[in-house]
Amino acid sequence: MTDQSVFVGADVGSSRTKLAVLNTKKQLVGFSIKKSGTDFTATSNTCLDLALKMAGVTPGHIVHTVSTGYGRKNVEFSSATKTEISCHARGCYHYFPLAITIIDIGGQDNKVIKLDDQGRRLNFKMNRKCAAGTGAFLEEMALRLDIPVEDMNDLASQSQNMERLGSFCTVFSGTEVLEKIRNGKKVPDIVKGLFFSVIRRVMEMDSLTENVVMTGGVVAHNPYLVTMTEELIGRKIRVAEHPQLTGAVGAALYAMNGK
Amino acid sequence: MAEEKEKKRLKIKATGQMQKIMADYFYELNDAARDRSKPIAWCTSVGPAELLRAMGFLVHFPENHGAMLGATRMATDMIPEANAIGYTPTICSYLTADIGAYLKGVTPLSKAYKGIDSLPKPDVLVFNTNQCRDVQDWFAWYGDEFNVPVIGIYTHRGVKDVGEALVTSVAQQIKDLIPTLEEVSGNKFDMEELKRVLALSRECSDLWQKVLFTAGTIPSPLTFFDGTIHMGPAVVLRGTQPAIDYYKLLLAELEERIENHVAAVDGEKYRIYWEGMPVWGRLSAHSKLFAGLDANVLASTYCNSWIFSDFDENDPFHSMARAYTQLFIVRSDDAKEAYIKRMLDYFKVDGIVYHDAMTCPNNSNCRYGMAQRLEKETGIPSLIINGDLNDLRMLSDEQTKTNVEAFIEQLEERKG
Repeated sequence: MTDQSVFVGADVGSSRTKLAVLNTKKQLVGFSIKKSGTDFTATSNTCLDLALKMAGVTPGHIVHTVSTGYGRKNVEFSSATKTEISCHARGCYHYFPLAITIIDIGGQDNKVIKLDDQGRRLNFKMNRKCAAGTGAFLEEMALRLDIPVEDMNDLASQSQNMERLGSFCTVFSGTEVLEKIRNGKKVPDIVKGLFFSVIRRVMEMDSLTENVVMTGGVVAHNPYLVTMTEELIGRKIRVAEHPQLTGAVGAALYAMNGK
Repeated sequence: MAEEKEKKRLKIKATGQMQKIMADYFYELNDAARDRSKPIAWCTSVGPAELLRAMGFLVHFPENHGAMLGATRMATDMIPEANAIGYTPTICSYLTADIGAYLKGVTPLSKAYKGIDSLPKPDVLVFNTNQCRDVQDWFAWYGDEFNVPVIGIYTHRGVKDVGEALVTSVAQQIKDLIPTLEEVSGNKFDMEELKRVLALSRECSDLWQKVLFTAGTIPSPLTFFDGTIHMGPAVVLRGTQPAIDYYKLLLAELEERIENHVAAVDGEKYRIYWEGMPVWGRLSAHSKLFAGLDANVLASTYCNSWIFSDFDENDPFHSMARAYTQLFIVRSDDAKEAYIKRMLDYFKVDGIVYHDAMTCPNNSNCRYGMAQRLEKETGIPSLIINGDLNDLRMLSDEQTKTNVEAFIEQLEERKG
């Protein structure tokens, strides 16, 4: 191993592929995020090139790579795989070495993971098979509202009078949104209601412990979700510098252990 | 790229003999229905089969047929037929698959057994609500369809202690079936014959228990997935000699494995208890998934449900009533949790997988906080997977896979 040796974590999610490069001091020296698309292998290769370039190293400097996420088995350059549950846990504990409850809101699924103060996993929950409470839900609702999904965070934060939605189901929620549009409700109020719906779906999955960490792409792009969750639970929530990368960082930390 | 490993899963040599006695059973039913040579009863899987056999009936079990529809992955195409006539997608998918298959005029028996075109027409339908209310609705539909009597036992449910009053009530209900059965079959009830059949059923049950409990050995010679296949005779042939002979054969094979330290799952590292119904259409996939992670799902409440240790030929009605009320599915959560704790201990379990089957609330015991309570009391981690016994529209394979892999990673962390 040399000073330039690196460890790579590739998190191939349903929506985005995230790649993290750690140096031997566990510092994040390179990363990249790309839409996963339909060719997970090609996307992960592109992400690797970009992240290595950012880190100023070559593939020859990689000691180990661990891949995770839905497409974890499609990563050509990985030497082992781990589930995203383990990787998010490892990544979050790296940034917040405490007994924590992790809320990860991803494109296709959510996770609630509980760790003890040694970082050991106590239990975890994934959402059921439907899209309620995930990034896919917000994308579908953005279509109904005819707004770009990236505008949702600003719109929600402008709301003066949140419109609540009652349904579990994405299709039924879509109907509720249409009804609210028909009744002249303001878009920011509807969007805040959609955010609230996402938070409620996640909170229904498990109870929370004292220290809560939020991660995932949806959190990264919609920090107002964190603010709303803090208001709901009445305490501060911890968020890593790059919340979308914690799974990839966790994978890189596993790579550092040689697995 | 990380390679997926395919683990060696040992095949059971006795399987051929089981297939033979099951074939004999289905052909005997088919011939009797065709020739009208013997009366035929349809019975729920933990219904009073011993009484029916003792009165000269051949017995068909619609739940067994439902499971076959699931295992052959025909069920998902049949269920919509029943949905369309008012049986919703969220009720028992054995019921909807079975009625749907009847409406479409198909059966997996035709593929498995040449010459069998349809189910044997019943002369009477006999249920016990010890499992659920759905069996009653299911049989009522066929009662109308075939214009034959539908009779049954209404078991008390959510029972903590199986007291005398409950047993007496069920025993009387079993006796009350006799006049109708005599009329339909044309045979007089014979107490000596009931005692003979019950003794055979008890022997079958004892052997089946011994088979399942071989999994208490480390490494286990048996998997839950084997159990779901090899329980066939305990369900449909209990009370007959071929079932007894078969389980003697199977037990000998498993005991030989134990003697030679042969594992059903090569390199068994994690011992898992399965709580709930199997996902019939994914038996092989789930078996491979767990084995690939060095995990053996080796015991279950489900396969244990055909152990009737209370059967006593010297007190037939009372002991049948007790056995069919002692069943796990009939009991309160207190009683169920005490039972599972005994099993976790006996089978030296590292983790529990609960299958929350969308259409079977009665076999989905994780819905009222049981998983959390047991985890707190025993310290044994658990995982809940969402799915269904038969309706493959209700499950996500990718989610199941990720959940199971993550669970085994959690167990790996604990073992260090």
